[in-house]
Amino acid sequence: MIETLSMGGYGAYVWTAYAATFVVLAVCAVQARRRHRRIVREIRIRLKAAETAK
Amino acid sequence: MWTLLHKLASPPHFYALAARLTPWLGAAGLAAILYGTFAGLFLAPADYQQGDAFRIIYVHVPAAYLSMLGYVVMAVAAGIGLIWRMKLAHAVAASAAPLGAWFTFLALLTGSIWGRPMWGTWWEWGDPRLTSELILLFLYFGYLALRAAIDETARADRASAVLALVGLVNVPIIHFSVEWWSSLHQGPTLIREGGPAITGSMLWPLLANLGGFSLVFAALLIDRVRGEVLLRERRARWVRRLMYPEASETP
Amino acid sequence: MSTAAGPPLPSLTHGFLAVARRDLVLGWRRPGDVLNPLFFYVIVATLFPLALGADAAALALIGPGVLWVAALLATLLSLNSLFLADHEDGSLEQLLLSAQPLPLLALAKAGAHWLLGGVPLVLVAPVAAYSYGLSAGAIRVLMLTLALGTASLSLLGSVGAALTVGLNRATALLGLLVLPLAIPILIFGARTVSLAAAGDAAAGGIYFLAAYCVLALVLAPFAAAAALRIAAE
Repeated sequence: MIETLSMGGYGAYVWTAYAATFVVLAVCAVQARRRHRRIVREIRIRLKAAETAK
Repeated sequence: MWTLLHKLASPPHFYALAARLTPWLGAAGLAAILYGTFAGLFLAPADYQQGDAFRIIYVHVPAAYLSMLGYVVMAVAAGIGLIWRMKLAHAVAASAAPLGAWFTFLALLTGSIWGRPMWGTWWEWGDPRLTSELILLFLYFGYLALRAAIDETARADRASAVLALVGLVNVPIIHFSVEWWSSLHQGPTLIREGGPAITGSMLWPLLANLGGFSLVFAALLIDRVRGEVLLRERRARWVRRLMYPEASETP
Repeated sequence: MSTAAGPPLPSLTHGFLAVARRDLVLGWRRPGDVLNPLFFYVIVATLFPLALGADAAALALIGPGVLWVAALLATLLSLNSLFLADHEDGSLEQLLLSAQPLPLLALAKAGAHWLLGGVPLVLVAPVAAYSYGLSAGAIRVLMLTLALGTASLSLLGSVGAALTVGLNRATALLGLLVLPLAIPILIFGARTVSLAAAGDAAAGGIYFLAAYCVLALVLAPFAAAAALRIAAE
């Protein structure tokens, strides 16, 4: 098990690379969702304001 | 077929279709990545020369591939938007840029991490492929900076489209630079004369990850485009109906 | 065919030369615009020997690179004003309305820019190169690569300038846009001079720069014209 984790001595490199990759993927996904939610929220606020102003 | 494409290009249809598509693309991609990563890390045998460090290839190559594909998607979409004046195409270009930039950064980062134990250096200024990838990152930055500097969306779309197309010349140079100039970076692994340089149990995880990352990229892209479309069309009636159905329909 | 018997349209050459001549005359009347980048070039090139002292070996090593980077920066300085004056006084709109094809006019402007900026730079380069102890052969190669490189830069720069005309902080943005495409020019230019200084064949690098220049010559005017139309909307 430990043998596998240490990746023949290159463990730090291999695991950092993989970790960075998945972190970036997660960041992209989260960023897109949050942006979408923000846009929806702002549109709703504006529409509601226009509605109550009528 | 044309009616289908026409329908797809219409923002409200795209918005609905994309919502249904992204989860499937994302799930399929993640499944492929799961297999590819697991197999790449634990099943593939260690490399004769590089030992276990070579396993970084399974994230580095997909990142590099998508960094370039992302630029091509961006430039082609921008070109379509410029020539045929399709708003959706411009939305795709705008969405592809930050994703492509992230993947380029990832390619450079994983490549650097891989290079340290293999070549003894984090970076090699003389190497054309490293340099070209760095130039690609700058091209993305330039595109994003130009977009940010122009306030009106229409002008920003069209100006950045011209920029993206001009930069497209750079992308083939990256791929062929290894053959044009002596290099520290190994030659191309997959697309070369005589077939792929790696085989069998080392190859499958790579193909799986290439496919998986591509699917995830597509899912991320389409998700971003959804948000972009919503933002651009925020004053349209279909958005009003969708977001605030309780509103009274006054013309 | 048209039934109106108006005066014949001016030929393409006429239009090209008219725009180029105008820019050359304007440059002549405002020598500062031409001399500033040149002074900048010479000063920057002289800074390194001053900073490093008389270490001939070190200077000979970095010479080609420094001379090329300085040329790149000097050219970038002068690019911002390529369309700026025309934009401000309204002549840009006249160019856009002209019956002449816009890419041709954009090419004329880039050509004039090169004559006012790149060519003087090439002529001044031996002076700047003096302090680096480059051989005569290396200096010849320097001048040739700079001639080709600055021509490419004027062309690429015209695209960047057209994209950013009238924007805030255009100078910094222009640099960011042009730099990525200019890096191959820089690399091949500087390395070719280094090769020449070491006595190796410089032909390969010169061919590359020439090819890059031809590519820019063919593509840049159309991109610049498209960018100008977009900026004017």
